[in-house]
Amino acid sequence: MSALRTSRPARFGQYVALLAYLVFLAFPFLWLISTAFKPAPELASLHPTWIPKDPTLANFRQAFDEQPLLRAAANSLVAAVAAAVIAVAVATPLAYVTARHRGRLASAATGWVVISQAFPFVLVIIPLFLILKNLHLINSVLGLVLVYVVWSLPFALWMLTGYVRAVPAELEEAAAVDGAGRLRTLVSVTAPLLLPGIIATALFAFVTAWNEFFFALVLLKTPEKQTLPVVLTHFLGAEGVADLGPLAAAAFLATLPSLVVFGFLQRRITGGMLAGAVKS
Amino acid sequence: MRRRILTLTAALALLLTGCTAGNEAPEDGVVRLRFQSLAWQKESVDANRQLVKEWNATHPDVQIDYVQGSWDSVHDQLLTSFEGGEAPDIIHDASDDLADFAYGGDLADLRPLLPERLRADIPARSWETTTFGEGIYGVPFLQEPRVFIANRKILESSGVRLPTPEKPWTWTEFRQITQDLTRTMGPGRYAVAWPLKEPVSVSLNLGLSAGGQLFHREADGRVTVRFTEADAVVPGTIHDQVVTDRTAPRTTLGSGGSDTLPGFFAGKYAMVPLGFAYRQQIAQQAPKGFEWMVLPAPAGDGGLTQGVSPQTLSIAEDSPYKKEAAAFLDFFLRPENMVRLARGDWMLPTGTTALADPSLHTARDGWATGAAVAERLRPAPAQSVRGYPEWKDKVATPAFQEYYSGAIDAAELRSRLVTDGNRVLARYQRK
Repeated sequence: MSALRTSRPARFGQYVALLAYLVFLAFPFLWLISTAFKPAPELASLHPTWIPKDPTLANFRQAFDEQPLLRAAANSLVAAVAAAVIAVAVATPLAYVTARHRGRLASAATGWVVISQAFPFVLVIIPLFLILKNLHLINSVLGLVLVYVVWSLPFALWMLTGYVRAVPAELEEAAAVDGAGRLRTLVSVTAPLLLPGIIATALFAFVTAWNEFFFALVLLKTPEKQTLPVVLTHFLGAEGVADLGPLAAAAFLATLPSLVVFGFLQRRITGGMLAGAVKS
Repeated sequence: MRRRILTLTAALALLLTGCTAGNEAPEDGVVRLRFQSLAWQKESVDANRQLVKEWNATHPDVQIDYVQGSWDSVHDQLLTSFEGGEAPDIIHDASDDLADFAYGGDLADLRPLLPERLRADIPARSWETTTFGEGIYGVPFLQEPRVFIANRKILESSGVRLPTPEKPWTWTEFRQITQDLTRTMGPGRYAVAWPLKEPVSVSLNLGLSAGGQLFHREADGRVTVRFTEADAVVPGTIHDQVVTDRTAPRTTLGSGGSDTLPGFFAGKYAMVPLGFAYRQQIAQQAPKGFEWMVLPAPAGDGGLTQGVSPQTLSIAEDSPYKKEAAAFLDFFLRPENMVRLARGDWMLPTGTTALADPSLHTARDGWATGAAVAERLRPAPAQSVRGYPEWKDKVATPAFQEYYSGAIDAAELRSRLVTDGNRVLARYQRK
């Protein structure tokens, strides 16, 4: 135990470093909130303040007036939830097999799917576009979901494989010794232990799909189908000119679902991950 | 088993990559055209939508679906759409983005499609911006000169001569005036702030005013870069203002136009060279009581001439309804409609009839200054030069950035633009 003790100055230093890191992480988001509530003259101030002097909801009103944000958010939500659910449903059994039956083929497959993450979007977008076109899935949320599933599957598989490996095989063997069948063992023993990993993976797939821009831009043709990241670019003009206030307001609203989902599931993830970690 | 899998895979691949059905007539007899617009400011979007609405109300057999695109990603999006045969029928873009698509056969040659009225109303110099080889691949309809937005109080109280389109500053006079202004403004303040995030377009387009050309087409059609005395005038002035005179701050060199506005509103800079459309942001964001004015850019041996890349409307080569699309363009770009679009975007129309509209010649918000400069706008020097994007990114941008910040001298700038530049261009011109 004594090895874990740290001196007061060292602990103080750790807290300062942690605080600095948190501030660093939070800076863009806090600035976004601040900008979203600033009136136009304050946005162009040479000495910007953190707290708006004359806070306004005008940017939000303008953002909603000019762009169909709710419809775009609904499209994003459908695409992201569907992509997360399907990705996890497909990746979980695959990850189980990969983790429990190690061999050259499994290693090669895992390596390949991880490498495929490095393919740039522009490399895959044209063949993908042609395939989806022939399947009549251009300008379709279903087509977009398919792309998101395929895109997030490798990383989901890789993540879940790690979680499955962390579940001791001895537990499954013990259940078998106690007379539980294969399915019963998977449902009653493995699945509950795997739940935090499944949730974390689903979260990853959700956030990836929620934030994705390029595929949505290229694949969705009509305004009714466009997702939130695509609609956000409508506040940008040529040569990087931006309608900063409404853009910040819309971007702030766009980050809320991710934050809510994280906030809602965070305890579940960390709680599940730590469950049973300490031997009594 | 393996053979069966291979056969199935091959069949699936053929199915997936096979040809799609040809263009079919619309089932309900109504032709539907997709118009992808890049309008983004509220007034501009409203003007576009309203015009589409008016067309749709009077043309039940040809309906336009308005789709909003984004300047930020339009090239990649169009590239993918053309490759996949799913491009919008009517395409809004900028003339300097069209060359690849025009040479690639993605855009329709508009010569047999456009009515004489529209052809005749837009000057030849504007048509040059969308002419690639023999064909015309877009209708140039909106353009913006670079102007100097000035703090009226600072300029008027300093007593310097205010330039007009009839009697603009020369580049030499401009340098002298910025020295005088900076002295009167006091420490920490500058006569001019150059936002040079895109140093190449600013240097080349304003360079035309001094007679600079940089790109020279030889008799055999090849293009070479030559950096003459005339080409050195504008870059030299900017360099001297930043490095020698200290009348322009070094800090704004890497900034975009919007980034300089807070300092401009705070009186830190007396003038900011910006695109004409920036007036909308200034009108919207300027603090109460802030007075601003629009001045023409300085002139040299070439007078007020400037290079521009107008906004354009094109028709996709794959569109089965090119005639209908051209009819819509004819309606959309009628003089009175061009005026509405120009006012919505705070830009200038290319059409001579539209440009003559009194609402574009008022002193308010500097419209008159822009309109007076309009006839001196010419195609941006390099927009039809093959290899220009690579020359710009790999050679010219870093060279100009280093020159303006004082890291290299004029001789080194010349050497890089010419020697390295011609090496890049030569690769694109091998036969």
